[in-house]
Amino acid sequence: MAEPANKDTGTIAKPSRADYKVSQPVKWCAGCGSFAILASVQNALAESGVRKEDVVFVSGIGCSSRFPYYINTYGFHGLHGRGAVIASGIKIANPGLDVWHVTGDGDSMAIGGNHFIHVVRRNIDMNILIFNNKIYGLTKGQYSPTTPRGSVTKTSPDGTIENPFKPGELTMGSQGTFFARVVDTEPKRMKQVFLEASKHRGTSVIEILQNCVIFNNRIHMEISGKDVKDDHQIYLEHGKPMIFGKNRDKGIILERAGLKVVKLGEDGITEKDVLVHDACNPDDTTHYMLVRMTLPDYPVATGVIRSYEAQTYERALQEQMDEARGKSKLKNVQDLLKQNSWNVK
Amino acid sequence: MAKKNQNARVVEVDEVVVKFAGDSGDGMQLSGFQLSDTSAFAGNDLSTFPDFPSEIRAPQGTLAGVSGFQIHIGHKAVQTPGDKADVLVALNPAALKANMKWVKPGATIIIDIDNFDNKHYKKAGYVEDPLGDGSLVGYNIVKAPITSLSKANVRDLGLDPKSAERTRNEFALGILYWLFNKDLKLGEDFISQKFAKKEILAEANKRVFRAGFSYAETVEALRTTYQINPILNRKGRFRNITGNIALAWGLIAVAERSGKELFLGSYPITPASEILQELSKRKELNVKTFQAEDEIAGINSAIGASFAGSFAATSTSGPGLALKSEAIGLAVMTELPLVIVNVQRAGPATGMPTKPEQGDLMQALYGRNGESPVVVIASSTPANCFDYAYMAGKIAMEHMVPVILLSDGYLANGSELWALPDVSEMPSIDPPMVRDNDEDYQPYKRDPEKLSRFWAVPGQEGLRHRVGGLEKENITGEVSHGPLNHERMVHIREEKVQRIANYIPDLKVHGGDSGELLVIGWGGTYGALISAVKDLQDEGNNISLAQFNYIKPLPKNTREVIHRFDKVIVCEINTGQFATYLGAQFPEVRFLKYNKIQGLPFMISELKEKFIQILED
Repeated sequence: MAEPANKDTGTIAKPSRADYKVSQPVKWCAGCGSFAILASVQNALAESGVRKEDVVFVSGIGCSSRFPYYINTYGFHGLHGRGAVIASGIKIANPGLDVWHVTGDGDSMAIGGNHFIHVVRRNIDMNILIFNNKIYGLTKGQYSPTTPRGSVTKTSPDGTIENPFKPGELTMGSQGTFFARVVDTEPKRMKQVFLEASKHRGTSVIEILQNCVIFNNRIHMEISGKDVKDDHQIYLEHGKPMIFGKNRDKGIILERAGLKVVKLGEDGITEKDVLVHDACNPDDTTHYMLVRMTLPDYPVATGVIRSYEAQTYERALQEQMDEARGKSKLKNVQDLLKQNSWNVK
Repeated sequence: MAKKNQNARVVEVDEVVVKFAGDSGDGMQLSGFQLSDTSAFAGNDLSTFPDFPSEIRAPQGTLAGVSGFQIHIGHKAVQTPGDKADVLVALNPAALKANMKWVKPGATIIIDIDNFDNKHYKKAGYVEDPLGDGSLVGYNIVKAPITSLSKANVRDLGLDPKSAERTRNEFALGILYWLFNKDLKLGEDFISQKFAKKEILAEANKRVFRAGFSYAETVEALRTTYQINPILNRKGRFRNITGNIALAWGLIAVAERSGKELFLGSYPITPASEILQELSKRKELNVKTFQAEDEIAGINSAIGASFAGSFAATSTSGPGLALKSEAIGLAVMTELPLVIVNVQRAGPATGMPTKPEQGDLMQALYGRNGESPVVVIASSTPANCFDYAYMAGKIAMEHMVPVILLSDGYLANGSELWALPDVSEMPSIDPPMVRDNDEDYQPYKRDPEKLSRFWAVPGQEGLRHRVGGLEKENITGEVSHGPLNHERMVHIREEKVQRIANYIPDLKVHGGDSGELLVIGWGGTYGALISAVKDLQDEGNNISLAQFNYIKPLPKNTREVIHRFDKVIVCEINTGQFATYLGAQFPEVRFLKYNKIQGLPFMISELKEKFIQILED
């Protein structure tokens, strides 16, 4: 019998991408965007310096949620929508672990929407990878909460009549401390964003614009297409001016209470007028405006849009526990039982 | 020294049942705790039962708003809060009206005469003045101006009118301390502790308490007082305990004895919330609680914590168990230890949240998709909620299975005297952990005796593996849709649960080992059933009781025990779920049934009546 993929191959000093590969076949459709994401995650892990036994991947249900079976770490394939809370339990139980939650637009925004907003609100230290292909893949082609309004799908033959969620808006609305967006066709940027998410202490939400080759092919082409991506995307980096375009001649400025796209060199606009990205600003007003930018009036913001360090849930809990232990006279259960008791001789 | 009443006749009695009733918000529950704690301290046995509406403050003075607390104090062992009261304290006409059917003939009824006026009669739905219509003839009525005297006693303390009025429950307690020759000092200590941070309130309540006592000394209707002597021949360390607190502490004991950290993922729900509340106070003992956004998140966070190596539990009531069912299946599939506490209440849907029922047995046994066997055990007294929480945790971890522990609203809020166990002498708990870099480790490799898999946790070197809700190949733990593997795994999961019968005690029979009638009960009905059965035994009847705590798997000697009796009757606070379950396993036996579904516990008297009828048939 072949060596089972579930079996560990032992430890070596410095992990490489190969250490995170499984021997079993990866069963996504040929051409699925998830393959590139998997490779980027494996590369990021190899580079992150995290001890490989400390890494845990948790998922819910959906195509993306098969992820834990395809990466050689501790893994938990949970229930539909519940990955975020399983991951929360793992992290709270052992804050030393490096917890990753892999989910999709249905798993995190529909059946698991409630858990998503609460995990973000609590700021539990984990990385949430949302594979957003704007369609239900595993159930074969029904619309999802992120499907653009009017889309014809198996369950919306006359076009959807629902407004889509933007994961970034929900993250901001839940007081998220980290939000990034990347496209599945850009492995280097993916790896970079995953590394930054991994370093961030708190809930890191990464929306990956992922292509479903079967049910929603080319859904992100307007953003990721080779010929248009430079003009239709702005890749944000902390401390750098918000400039984009094939010729790097366009920028984002603040005008009145909103953002505006301007052309450098026109109307006396120079690089100095362009906003400089401050991902670490505690005030998320600009981040919120950035995640809302949509084509055709704006480029779609990618890269790390928000990265603000605030106290994590598990650290706050640990502090309370340390304080309680320091103050209490109770050392064990027997002491607890004895309170308000009396002896009969 | 206790202040003794000088000018009264003292009668020694074996037991007395007292009921407090007033508006919810009148402090009836607190009064109950004060009397029970101080009685317990004085060496009496006791059993209590609170009876309150689910509304926090239902309209004052109405029947819907009546909150009650019943306490049974004994010189001998008491098993239930008592069928009917010897003494009723009714702070308003609604409290009187709602409780007249629960007092014994000739009982002493202490009323707050200040609230017995036309306005209150109307609210309570009295057409005629109950004090004048002859309905109270034969009772010993004490018409005490409780509200006005309470207020008068605290006038100079500068309390707002509401707080001043709220001291009146202490006036009523003062009367009872006189009536039962209780030590005033113990009551005052209780008040001091309760209001430790509010000196003025402590002073006000103590004053009113003493005033009630002094008032009672002057009342003609209270010339006879009663003494319930301490229980003799009982040694050790004791305290008064409710089921929910005992259960919470049992979980902490599991963690301590197994060397694990306790993680409780839970969502507040009546009548289970106290478990979460109590454990959230126990960070000092390494307890982590997570108040989740819903019931589903509660259990799934616990499953995550279990995967990460904690002793994990979730607590809920029936509606929450329904929401958790999919995740219980996940724990079955991943074969991870987990304790799911269900403090049952009357259902379906929201039902009657504060009223006890045993209606969730079938849900616990079968309420999941797929073939999803789960261990089900039930506690049967407030204090043994500690022991069965302990056993639930021990079984869950040693056999790597989810365990549903059934309690109910009656046990949860009821209290009894508890002889403290020595936790260090309880059976050890040895979870099947895996050594780092164990080359033989495979995720679904099994213990040959128990069939349980082993517990490798994230962070451990050389043991990386994946688990999840998809069917797994036995031993390797690979995802498998193989038909024969699935069938095999279904049988293994069931067999693993059945083998736990080898690790639990035999079913115990209270009374003769064989005979005419075997009474069967499970869970929280124990107090009423044992009292009824013992009474009938004392009267010379051939009757025994078998109370089940282990429901799935059943104790190994169950069939043999049942077959030794001519007749068997299964008594439950539902329509007969346990009887149906037993019937399916022992089709050769004819199970008689006695059922009550009123949101109320059994009364001893009704049980005896039924058993006598069967014995005479």
